[in-house]
Amino acid sequence: MLNRRSFLAASAATLAAPRILHAADTPGVTATEIKIGNIMPYSGPASAYGAIGKLQQVFFRVVNEQGGIAGRKINYITYDDGYSPPKTVEQARRLIEQDRVAYLFNTLGTPTNSAILRYVNQRKVPHVFLATGADKWGDYKEHPWTIGWQPSYRTEAQIYTKYMLEQKPDAKLALLYQNDDFGKDYVLGVRDILGDRFDQMVKTASYEVTDATIDSQVVSLQTTGADVLLVGATPKFAAQTIRKVYDIGWRPMFFMTNVSISVGAVMQPAGPEKGVGVITSAYQKDATDPTWKDDPGMTEWRNFMNKHMPDADQTVGEYVYGYGVSKTLMQVLRQCGNDFSRENFMKQVTNLRNVEIPTLLPGIRVNTSPTNYHPIRQMQLQRWTGSTWERFGNVIEGAQI
Amino acid sequence: MSASKGLPVAAARGAEQVAGHSWAPLVILVLLLLALAPAFLVEGYRLFQLTLAVIYALAILGLNIVTGYNGQISLGHGAFYAVGAYTAAILMAHFEVPYWATLPVAALVCAALGYGIGFPALRLGSLYLALTTFSLAVAVPQILKYKAFEDWTGGVQGLFIFKPDPPFGLPLSNDQWMYIFTVLVAATLFILSWNLLRSRIGRALLAIRDQPVAAEAMGMNLAQLKTRTFAVSAMITGIAGALSAIAVEFVSPDSFSVILSITLFVGMVVGGVASILGTVFGGLFVVFVPNLAEDISKAAPGVIYGIILIAFLFLLPTGFAGFLRRLVVPLLRRRRSAQAMSSNGR
Repeated sequence: MLNRRSFLAASAATLAAPRILHAADTPGVTATEIKIGNIMPYSGPASAYGAIGKLQQVFFRVVNEQGGIAGRKINYITYDDGYSPPKTVEQARRLIEQDRVAYLFNTLGTPTNSAILRYVNQRKVPHVFLATGADKWGDYKEHPWTIGWQPSYRTEAQIYTKYMLEQKPDAKLALLYQNDDFGKDYVLGVRDILGDRFDQMVKTASYEVTDATIDSQVVSLQTTGADVLLVGATPKFAAQTIRKVYDIGWRPMFFMTNVSISVGAVMQPAGPEKGVGVITSAYQKDATDPTWKDDPGMTEWRNFMNKHMPDADQTVGEYVYGYGVSKTLMQVLRQCGNDFSRENFMKQVTNLRNVEIPTLLPGIRVNTSPTNYHPIRQMQLQRWTGSTWERFGNVIEGAQI
Repeated sequence: MSASKGLPVAAARGAEQVAGHSWAPLVILVLLLLALAPAFLVEGYRLFQLTLAVIYALAILGLNIVTGYNGQISLGHGAFYAVGAYTAAILMAHFEVPYWATLPVAALVCAALGYGIGFPALRLGSLYLALTTFSLAVAVPQILKYKAFEDWTGGVQGLFIFKPDPPFGLPLSNDQWMYIFTVLVAATLFILSWNLLRSRIGRALLAIRDQPVAAEAMGMNLAQLKTRTFAVSAMITGIAGALSAIAVEFVSPDSFSVILSITLFVGMVVGGVASILGTVFGGLFVVFVPNLAEDISKAAPGVIYGIILIAFLFLLPTGFAGFLRRLVVPLLRRRRSAQAMSSNGR
């Protein structure tokens, strides 16, 4: 009997204790520490993105060496989910329930973040600056504790459409997209700008990731007489499209998603000469672009890399990305003052005003509000010259929706 | 002479069997209580991990029946797991079927699918069968994304479902109830499998694995047994999949990549091929060892996992179950011979 009673008492104690201890203050925040959780694919098919997490581990270590924030050290805890949604759920619960982190920051991937979306919002844990380009993280009504960072595919499509209307007010737009979340964001973005005119101005065609080629879609879009083409396709299909459009002698104003602008994976296979004039967009500075040789922002980044990660390959874009998003988090933490409660943190996340980040293109600023959960909604266009991407024109902003 | 010597031994064996029989329910009850204990000892995240481990153990049990006991290598059991998960998720999300009622449906769907896959399996030798089932594992995530099914499967977005509340107003958290429910379902299936594999059919499966020609010569219907084994195996893995959907509260095509099938296979080999108890260990292994590997190195968790796996197979070549057998069997044998001696002396 004694056994049973002490067992019951013990289990009651373990159930009750955490609640008593943490009733007043935020989990993960003490007088000397702020715990921040992160989940990355360090293993598995998307492990190349793990570079972001590696940079951030160094970044926050350096912040701590320089004194931390408001007298507190940042304890950045990052776990591997191998890009598998069930594992993401497990790791998110580990971070929130066991490690008791204050916030989740820059968790990577669209399916993986989808899996934990409801859980973190039920628990009211800030889930901020996600490393994914899906537009749904901007839905502040459905999930107010979740917010993205980079421009979404939808914002990108809005920007192309705005530019198109400016150049050719009577354009006929052919829209080719991949039939999934990613591709459909482009349809939404175009519709945001065109509104009622969508049906009369736009002809669409879609393809499945499983399709072998998209030649027939390209040909049928050409026969509609369109003079503008917008493509929301992954690299393999993007290369096919660039080649096919050129080969059938179609010369539209050609917009390509910035998911598929890798020189090695898209432009070279398509044939660099066939892609001349293709337009895409950017929001970050490219570490390999000589334009930024003496740029203060990129010099700051290069100094950081040289000093703290001397062995890292500086042509890897993830390091630039990871630095920029971490800088944004630091701005939020500074704005928090001495109140790092989850409520105040989220209030500051949605209260960023024209924040400049050293790795973003000149003129692009981070802006949020309680009704704007798209921190970066500006981009600059760039054109393929046959050997490189050349930026042109002003920074363009997506629509307010 | 030999007859008179043999009789007491047989009698002793008989007595032991009777004794064993009366002990069996008690042993099962104790094991079940031990399995349920964590629900009251650990909290949230750990309990969720244990729930996943039990679910993986069940999925590995399904694989073990067809691969371990029947010798048909399957690298595609992740596909049955996915189909089970989606069956549960679709029923819960679109038709508001209660969670417990989705399990029999998932079982039927997966059994039918397994039966269908079992037919070509008859014509294919071991390695070719492995490749065929592997292609199934590769195909399923893409099929789940396919446009025609999108209204049902939610496409790449996946489907959200809700974790069930405990029934009858029991004072339990959702996590506790999910764990208890999972353990009860798993225990039932483990006991049924145990009975099946210790029976005439279980012996037939082993005979087909080891000596197919002899088995057929003895009048066993190879085709029937093999396809039905595939069906039972797919059914159990499918039920595990359905449980996983309910526990994780989310399904998406990316949740069921090829890696999942490999994970189940690893769990089976590590736990012990053709062992029921081993599958439990296999389930614990595939849930906890990747985390252990990650704690050791974030730079290359895959390498550490590989090293642990190789070390494991080197130290325990017959899996965890084989290791246990090596420990326990000599003890049992000694006890048996002691009993036989004492009954002889009587």
